Amino acid sequence: MTLLVIAEHDNASLKAVTLNTVAAAQKIGGEIHVLVAGSGCAAVAAAAAKIAGVSKVKLADAAHYADQTAENIAALIQAQATGYTHILAAATGTGKNMLPRLAALLDVAQISEITAVESPDTFVRPTYAGNAMATVKSADAVKVITVRSTGFDAAVGEGGSASVEAIAAAADLGLTKVIGREITKSARPELGAAKVIVSGGRGLGSGEKYHQLLEPLADRLNAALGASRAAVDAGFVPNDYQVGQTGKIVAPQLYFAIGISGAIQHLAGMKDSKVIVAINKDEDAPIFQVADYGLVADLFQAVPELLTELG
Amino acid sequence: MKILVPVKRVVDYNVKVRVKADGTGVDLSNVKMSMNPFDEIAIEEAVRLREAGIAKEVIAVSCGVAACQETLRAAMAIGADRAILVESDADLQPLAVAKLIKAVAEKEQPQVVIFGKQAIDDDANQTGQMFAALMGWPQATFASKVVIADGKATVTREIDGGAETLEFKLPMVVTTDLRLNEPRYATLPNIMKAKKKQLDVLKPAEFGIDVTPRLTTLKVSEPPKRTAGIKVADVKELVAKLKNEAKVI
Repeated sequence: MTLLVIAEHDNASLKAVTLNTVAAAQKIGGEIHVLVAGSGCAAVAAAAAKIAGVSKVKLADAAHYADQTAENIAALIQAQATGYTHILAAATGTGKNMLPRLAALLDVAQISEITAVESPDTFVRPTYAGNAMATVKSADAVKVITVRSTGFDAAVGEGGSASVEAIAAAADLGLTKVIGREITKSARPELGAAKVIVSGGRGLGSGEKYHQLLEPLADRLNAALGASRAAVDAGFVPNDYQVGQTGKIVAPQLYFAIGISGAIQHLAGMKDSKVIVAINKDEDAPIFQVADYGLVADLFQAVPELLTELG
Repeated sequence: MKILVPVKRVVDYNVKVRVKADGTGVDLSNVKMSMNPFDEIAIEEAVRLREAGIAKEVIAVSCGVAACQETLRAAMAIGADRAILVESDADLQPLAVAKLIKAVAEKEQPQVVIFGKQAIDDDANQTGQMFAALMGWPQATFASKVVIADGKATVTREIDGGAETLEFKLPMVVTTDLRLNEPRYATLPNIMKAKKKQLDVLKPAEFGIDVTPRLTTLKVSEPPKRTAGIKVADVKELVAKLKNEAKVI
C-alpha cells in the first residue's frame, strides 16, 4: 500500500494538522508520500520531508496553486493518483473543499472526518453531530479520506529525511479567481491547535462584554478564543470563532465554556476536550452534564474573580 | 436563468437521536423529519435571487423516499417555483446523489446550483463539491455572501481563520454556510399555494445511473460518554481544582 497525504500550508509554513493526517496514514500502514501543491512553497516541502515516517514529498510549485482553489488542486491530485491506495487530507475548510471534488473525479466515495482506523478499508466517523459513531467499510479501490485531527495524536515533525521530487503542475483550469482574503489577525494561538480555549456564549450579552471579559482571561492563559453559534449569530465575534458541529472541532487540554448553555451542536465541537470548565448562572444548563468542573455563578462576577485568583 | 436547489429530508435539528441497541443505526421511528437547515438557507438564497430579478425560476430537487415530497412542498412554501423528486428507497450516498442531480441538471440546464454545505444527519459535506466535479463547474463552498451580475458571481466564503472572496464564471455551484441568510418562515397562504405547485416524480432507473452504495456501515455505536464532573462552590475552589487535581494550569 502507498498512501498520499495532502499537505495543508499557507505557502510559507506547513500547518500542524498535516502531522495528524500523517498519523492517521501511519495507522492505516504502508509507504507514505506527501503532496505539497502551492506557489513558492519549497520551505513547506522541506518541512514535510522531515516528518518521521514520510518516504517521499512531491512538490508542485505553480502560481495557480497559491490560493489552494479546489478546482485546480483536485485536478492535480487526480493526475497524481495512480498507484495510491489511500489519499488523505485534514478535515479543515481547505480539505473539505477539495477532497470531495477529487473523490468524484476518481469516481469513489469520500470517507469524511474519520476519528479512528479499524483496518485499511474500515474507519470510524462521527455522524449526527457526533451522537452516533459509524464504522464504515469502503468498497472502492482508492480510499479518499478526510481526517479529524483531534482523533489522531500528531506524527513527529522532526527526524525524517524524505526525498523531495518536483512534479509537473496540471493546467490552470481558470474557473475561479481569488480577489480578496481577510484573515483574522491575532497574536493568540489558533483555535485548532491551542492547549487552552476560552469560549463565550450568548450569556455574555454583547460583543463588547465578550472582549472585555474574555480577552484578559485568554491572555493570562495563553488561550485561543472561541464562541458558541449563538454568540456568533448575535454578532459578538466573527464566524471563524465558532466551535461546534458546523464550526471548528477542538480538543484542547482545557476548555472554558462561559455563558454557554451547551446545545448538542456546540457539544459536538468540544466534548473531546481533556478538561471542561463551565461557568453559567443556570444550574440546569446542559453544559454542566459534560463539564468536569461546573461553577453556577454570574459570569460577570466570576470571570474577573477568576482572573484575580489566577494572579 | 434557472437555479436548481437540492434539498434533503433529515432528522429535525432539535431531535437528539438515539443509537439502536443492536448497533445497526439510529432509531428513526416516530422522529420528526425536516428539511436540512443548510438546504433551507439554499432555497432562501435562490428565492431572493429570483425576487431580485436575477433568476427566473427556482427548482427544488430531492433524492430519496416518497416522503421527501413533504420536504419539496416545504421548499415551495418558501418560494421555489416547482419541484422534482428522484424517488428511491435505496441508501443514496453523496456520490450517487451527485450523479442523480447531474442528470436533473443536464435536463433543466440551470446556471447556478445551490446546495447546503452539509447534511446534519451524515455530516458528510460532499455532495455539492462532487456535483461540481462531475459537471466540471467551479465551486463556491461555505458561502456567506453571493452576488450575481453580468454572467459571473462574486462569492465570499468562510475559510479557516477568516474569509475570502472569489470570482466565478457561470455555470457554478454554491454551497451555503450558516450566515448566508436567515430563511423566512413559510406563511399559511404560501403553504397552501405550495400544495398546488408542480411536483414531478422520476426514478433513478430512468437515468441509468448506478446508485449502489460504496460504503457499508458495519455498526453504529454511542460515542464515549462524558460523565458530569463536580460543581465547585466558588472561583477559589475552581482554581485550586484546576491547579492541584486536573493540573492543567
